[in-house]
Amino acid sequence: MAITETGRNSDARSRFSRALYDARIRAIVLQVLTFVLVVGTLIWLTNNTMVNLQARNMSADFGFLDVSAGFGIGFTLIPYQEGDTYLRVFFVGIMNTLLVAVVAIVFATILGLIVGLARLSNNWIIGVVARSYIEVMRNTPLLLQIIAWYFGVFNLLPRPRDSVEILNGLVLNNRGFYLPAPVPETGFAILMWVLLTSVIGAIALHIWAGRRLEKTGKAFPSILSGIAIVIVVPTLAYAFLGQPLSWDVPVLQGFNYVGGMSVPPSFCALIVALSVYTSCFIAEIVRSGIQSVSKGQLEAAGALNLPANWTLRRVVLPQAMRVIIPPLISQYLNVTKNSSLAIAIGFPDLVSVWMNTSLNQSGRAIPIVAMTMGFYCAVSLSVSAIMNVYNKRVQLKER
Amino acid sequence: MRLNTLAIAATMAVGSAAPVFAQETLAAVQERGMLNCQVGLPTPGFYALADDGTWSGMDVDLCRGVSAAIFGDPDMVEYQSVTSAVRFTALANSESDMLSRTTTWTAVRDTQLGLDFTTVNFYDGQGFLVPADSGITSALELDGATICVLTGTTTELNLADYFRANGMSFTPVTNENVNVLVETYLGGGCDAYTNDKSGLAARRSAFPDPTAHALLPETVSKEPLGPVVRQGDDAWANLVRWVVFGIINAEELGITSENVEEMMTSADPNIARLLGSEGNIGEGLGLSPTFMVDVIKSVGNYGEIYEAHVGADTPIGIPREGTLNALWTEGGIIYAPPFR
Repeated sequence: MAITETGRNSDARSRFSRALYDARIRAIVLQVLTFVLVVGTLIWLTNNTMVNLQARNMSADFGFLDVSAGFGIGFTLIPYQEGDTYLRVFFVGIMNTLLVAVVAIVFATILGLIVGLARLSNNWIIGVVARSYIEVMRNTPLLLQIIAWYFGVFNLLPRPRDSVEILNGLVLNNRGFYLPAPVPETGFAILMWVLLTSVIGAIALHIWAGRRLEKTGKAFPSILSGIAIVIVVPTLAYAFLGQPLSWDVPVLQGFNYVGGMSVPPSFCALIVALSVYTSCFIAEIVRSGIQSVSKGQLEAAGALNLPANWTLRRVVLPQAMRVIIPPLISQYLNVTKNSSLAIAIGFPDLVSVWMNTSLNQSGRAIPIVAMTMGFYCAVSLSVSAIMNVYNKRVQLKER
Repeated sequence: MRLNTLAIAATMAVGSAAPVFAQETLAAVQERGMLNCQVGLPTPGFYALADDGTWSGMDVDLCRGVSAAIFGDPDMVEYQSVTSAVRFTALANSESDMLSRTTTWTAVRDTQLGLDFTTVNFYDGQGFLVPADSGITSALELDGATICVLTGTTTELNLADYFRANGMSFTPVTNENVNVLVETYLGGGCDAYTNDKSGLAARRSAFPDPTAHALLPETVSKEPLGPVVRQGDDAWANLVRWVVFGIINAEELGITSENVEEMMTSADPNIARLLGSEGNIGEGLGLSPTFMVDVIKSVGNYGEIYEAHVGADTPIGIPREGTLNALWTEGGIIYAPPFR
């Protein structure tokens, strides 16, 4: 009797302790607990916000998006009038933010590449100049630089009547940078198709050349001929179609230049500051990438008697890219997020027109902040997704 | 299913602990021993900041008046200088007890933002400031102009409305920081700077050369400015409102900061009720019966406050006579309900 009893007891205990030490069961229990905790916290936060907003007689719904916003915006890429809705303002802000991000990323990359290469130069003076540029620019706050460019440079440019005319139709004054706008005429659509076709053709040629190289070992100058195709064919089509593009040149009229395209001084200041600041980081990334390629690789390329540009294109860059791409992704994301500093100088980006002006005029803090955060999150995730795909391609192929 | 039930139960348990809003601002202020009074970024005349860090101005005097009413001392005030962009949020989440800054009373703000506008202490209207050498003499000549405007304000909306109504176009240059905006205007970054006329006059007085800038004659909007409190605490709204009314009534009755002591023995029942030697008006507000004596002693009556900070003899120089801000007995619309 006594033996059976002890046996049953120890049996139950051992089953419990077995479950306790079973990794599978433990994992399931932990996952369920985590899930409950996360979902519970989210529900609690939402509920708490709603209750407290109601207690303060504030509303948090999205109904205001259809309401007319009623304020003017200084710079828009998509048509916008004072009577348009808040939703439209949101899109105006998104377009402006994306424009800043794209333009700044392009300039920062070009500038960063040049400075990064200059930093590696054997020429002492070039190296020192590049190094001081990097050290000064990346060690001062970006906000300060934006404000300095705005007040110290672009706000001090001459007034419209004394504008600086760089070239015919390229005008710079303290109201902005004016340039001629292309006006499509009949036949312009055909020209665009021709351009698209030649770009596709050039890419196809490049792919074909790559395959041929792998199969037969015979090289074909696909990049040069591709560039030639993209330039020559549309130019011929342009002449043949009777120049289906005219230019709307800005002219001084009343207070300021009208016609053409223009960007406000705040945009110029923002682009310059963002590009310069980010280019320092990119320069260092490029330098470290190139220096990471071991010297033996260069010597091997030399021993094979590879031409200099082949050494760069086929040996150094593919290996440097593996080191360059991941930190470059985070710099691109930084540019996008840093563009929100535009608010300091009043450029109407998303944060300025949406999270500041619209929030103030409508008073709907929660939905507006949520939408803004959602946008930045979506952009950052898509940029890093694209760059990750590219990163996978340049990774070391282990066979 | 079980998960959901659990989560909801947890939510309800914690959710019920969320703060409940009672009508307790006065009690909170008294317990803290300080009034959190929100003003704007320093602006001459309304909330100016001296070199030694002290605040003065028309709206500051209102903070001081409320402090005197509660504590008998006008200096128990913690001034919060906040950009216009976050002013209502700071009030709504109880950081500030009241807003005493040039804030326009509008329907949307009063009904949808959880705010309560108490009364009007300054009647303003929007105007335009242009460089005197620009040759512009009317706002209707501003078609195509670039205009500097403070963002998140009614000014920004009125500007758009005015240009739309007159079939004109403009390019706004916006910023939330008035100092950045003024710097842009002075640097020639815009053709005109628009704001409430009092604000324009105040700003101009601080320009390097005030005479080089001209105010255009048009007034394009109604801007009733006044103190704001959080919605839901009616007793607190009453307190702020009746301090303003008391200050206005004091001017009407000829009570000044200098003669308030002798007026306490006045035979005029209107004066006696205002100063608390008769009746129990202070009690209804949760204050001492003689709270208005403290207020008037500290800041003076409406006319005194006006002349001290924005009147014709100040650098701001907005003459009061013949404007909306004169007493109703003198052709204006400054009018307060009786202390009875």
